[in-house]
Amino acid sequence: MSDVIIQGTNVAHTHDAHGGHHGHEHHEQHFITKYIFSQDHKVIAKQFLITGIIWAIIGALMSVFFRLQLGFPNETFPIMEKFLGEWAKGGKLNPEFYYALVTMHGTILVFFVLTAGLSGTFANLLIPLQIGARDMASPFMNMLSYWFFFLSSIIMFVSLFIQTGPASGGWTTYPPLSALKEASLGSGLGMDLWLVSMALFVVSSLLGGLNYISTILNMRTKGMTMTRMPLTIWALLFTAILGVLSFPVLFSGFVLLIFDRNFGTSFYLSEIFIGGKALPHVGGSAILYQHLFWFLGHPEVYIIMLPGMGMASEVLSNHSRKPIFGYSAMIISMIGITVLAFVVWAHHMFVTGMSPFLGSIFVLLTLLIAVPSAVKVFNWLTTIWKGNIRFTVPMMFAIGFVSLFISGGLTGLFLGNSALDIHLHDTYFVIAHFHIVMGVSAFFGMFAGIYHWFPKMFGRFMNNTLGYIHFFITLAGAYLIFWPMHYEGIAGMPRRYYDYSAWESFKQFESLNSFISIAAVLVFFAQLIFVVNFFVSIFRGRKMTTQNPWGSPTLEWTTPINPGHGNWEGDIPEVHRWPYDYKDDGNGNDFISQTTPLKPGEEAH
Amino acid sequence: MSGFISILLTGLVFVIIYQIAKASEYATILRGEGKINARVNRTMALLLVLFFVLGLYGIWLCHDAMVDKMLPVSASQHGVEYDSMLLVTLTVTGIVFFITQTLLFWFAYRYQSTEKRTSFFFPHNNKLELIWTTVPAIAMAVLVAIGLRNWGKMTGAAPKDATVVEVVGKQFNWIVRYPGKDGVLGKRDFRKINDANNVLGLDWDDKDNKDDIIAQNGELHLVVNKPVSILIGSRDVIHDVGLPHFRMKMDAVPGIVTTMWFTPTITTAKMKEITGNKDFVYEISCDQMCGKGHYSMRGTIIVETQEEYDAWMAKQQAYYAANNAPAAAPAAEGTTAPEQKTDSVKAITMK
Repeated sequence: MSDVIIQGTNVAHTHDAHGGHHGHEHHEQHFITKYIFSQDHKVIAKQFLITGIIWAIIGALMSVFFRLQLGFPNETFPIMEKFLGEWAKGGKLNPEFYYALVTMHGTILVFFVLTAGLSGTFANLLIPLQIGARDMASPFMNMLSYWFFFLSSIIMFVSLFIQTGPASGGWTTYPPLSALKEASLGSGLGMDLWLVSMALFVVSSLLGGLNYISTILNMRTKGMTMTRMPLTIWALLFTAILGVLSFPVLFSGFVLLIFDRNFGTSFYLSEIFIGGKALPHVGGSAILYQHLFWFLGHPEVYIIMLPGMGMASEVLSNHSRKPIFGYSAMIISMIGITVLAFVVWAHHMFVTGMSPFLGSIFVLLTLLIAVPSAVKVFNWLTTIWKGNIRFTVPMMFAIGFVSLFISGGLTGLFLGNSALDIHLHDTYFVIAHFHIVMGVSAFFGMFAGIYHWFPKMFGRFMNNTLGYIHFFITLAGAYLIFWPMHYEGIAGMPRRYYDYSAWESFKQFESLNSFISIAAVLVFFAQLIFVVNFFVSIFRGRKMTTQNPWGSPTLEWTTPINPGHGNWEGDIPEVHRWPYDYKDDGNGNDFISQTTPLKPGEEAH
Repeated sequence: MSGFISILLTGLVFVIIYQIAKASEYATILRGEGKINARVNRTMALLLVLFFVLGLYGIWLCHDAMVDKMLPVSASQHGVEYDSMLLVTLTVTGIVFFITQTLLFWFAYRYQSTEKRTSFFFPHNNKLELIWTTVPAIAMAVLVAIGLRNWGKMTGAAPKDATVVEVVGKQFNWIVRYPGKDGVLGKRDFRKINDANNVLGLDWDDKDNKDDIIAQNGELHLVVNKPVSILIGSRDVIHDVGLPHFRMKMDAVPGIVTTMWFTPTITTAKMKEITGNKDFVYEISCDQMCGKGHYSMRGTIIVETQEEYDAWMAKQQAYYAANNAPAAAPAAEGTTAPEQKTDSVKAITMK
């Protein structure tokens, strides 16, 4: 820590003394402090991203395995035995492990990839860079945040290999199924590891979230008022607020579950006869867990969506060379989403036996949340209207994001309305809905962000041709996989089934299931194109030769091509205008950087 | 070995793709970074439009292939209202879907970057924003109003003359209990459960239990056009009674009793004609993940006329008699006329 002192917003950087470009070379950091236990927010962002990518590959591979089972219930796949051993003896997936795969796929993608991998990456990378800070409010806590995530990842990973298999009660792990060892193999040691891992994950998320909030509120550079922040920062701020306020509730839910599992309490258990005997638990409520879980679970959806929304806003505006339409409306709608996100959780529980009257209130609040979402969509559309659109790879993904957000968002109107949900609940309609909106759409936001800020992260570009191939296969594939699932859902086909062939009501979809599975496998391989592109480009990609390749007014592009710890050589920049001034600057550029003072007589936005 | 070779080949394919992609990129990008080659930009704009058109065609194909398999004929009274509400919501969302997606892809194509074009500086417009806040809000209000009206109806109190049955889930099948001739379901206690002779833990000190009939094969018999009120319970973990044909669903939660009611309107026999499927049967699917056998937790419902139902009921033996007094009880039970069993319309509650 000898070379950088980070104290606050306007403290001059110690590098000033060295002047110029070579500041860092005077103090070589050890490899371990530079790349492993680094406190540099940019390195931590990369750590989150790469860990997230590894998890995404694992999680997606799991979906390939269970899709093979679903699509071809009568076939055997020897390759599965190679990967899964005893769990797929003879190339046929064991039902117990099918459920473990489904559970792990959900847990990994929702928490490890789309929470840690997404907001962990971009909050860390963008907050200091876009608000003009040298680092996070507490770089040390920030480092801890990653390492708690790492520890949590290791435990979750280990749980995949234990004899009784990982947790298998669904990613929501409803008790009593998840609370009783007798109920399922996965509710044994696997579930304990799941809970410990998730508890550590909550710690990581809180350490990160508190840091993001305090950094945004306290460490903005001179002139960077709240209303001059890019929408990415607003989105990441609300993401962090949601996380900080809702993860502790989930944590309490987990603690009670740990007590029920190990210490004989009855928070969630009542009147249960299992494994040939009646259990002593009386008076608990299984529904209580669902309330605690979904009190996080629903804000979690927005924790996943908001960063994508923020980044898509930024990318759409930048590559259309046009200011984001309705900057204030975008912020207000995000405030609306954030507030409402806390009062809609029970729409996941319409058919749990919860009071129908309570259900009606949640219907009202849930459909209310569609209004700010609709405003955002219309604003994005108006942003590209009369733009000057450059179809760069990030722009393609941002357009895909909007398309998928519309498709997946609209089906939310079915599920949020209890009178329709009563038939569609827990069917493939739900799978289609949330995969399109918070799965693929959030991924598209993330991809847009990765392709857009990759040059800032590594000083090189990702390959465009591969990017376009990746984009089209993924977009088309996502629709091919999830669009037909709506039909299955309307037929009432339940989710989380291992095999439908015995069901008179659902077996008509056999060939459709095969079709979906083939599409899923293809899309999986298309993601490997991205992975190859990503890792090869880190070392071999086309080098960035100018500071601001996208012509963006925001601050991150005023840093050197390969910024060191501390981000700016010399003083941190001062901000004079809002981040979307895409207009003629008089020198042949179609944007004006935030650091450019207002011209005499020019009105601030 | 073959696995190793295939991995090697896959790796090789990726390397080749990457090299070609890289070469093509170096060949095309000479205009300075960030700026997209004009030809690439035109191609991408076209491809997006092509994707949109093909997508619409795909939606049509998918719909054409799936529409008959999609929504089974509604076999309950409120299911008809359900279907009409589904149609309204589909129409509203469908219109929004086509308008917004068309605009998205049209704008993308129309405003692609060219040498001459400059973007229009248009940061906000209060009137527009007000319009597209209000319109969705009104549309939502309409959907909420329809929804809550239907929701109130389907979750309201069951009609007084509804038949009462109990459906209890366990890993991994359904147990059905009929109240017997007194029309009352007796008390049960999970501590008294015994898989050999008391699967639901009926309390034999409660005389209302003595005539209760239990079917362990997960088969539920209902009378057509007669409302039925189902009390739902679970012995172990959470299950869910999913009835796609009746557009109904309710969780089975250990420790509490949940309820649902509906009026079946089409008999199983009639449904076989409608669907043209001689194997047709109403199914109860477990819709809440309950363990490794979740996918096989299947119950069936036989909807029949009153006469058929009475004839079937007459053949059933009370669970108490079958399990506790093998010699005497069956004869006593058998003497009761079936009509009296089902026509008893006392206020029925589970104690």
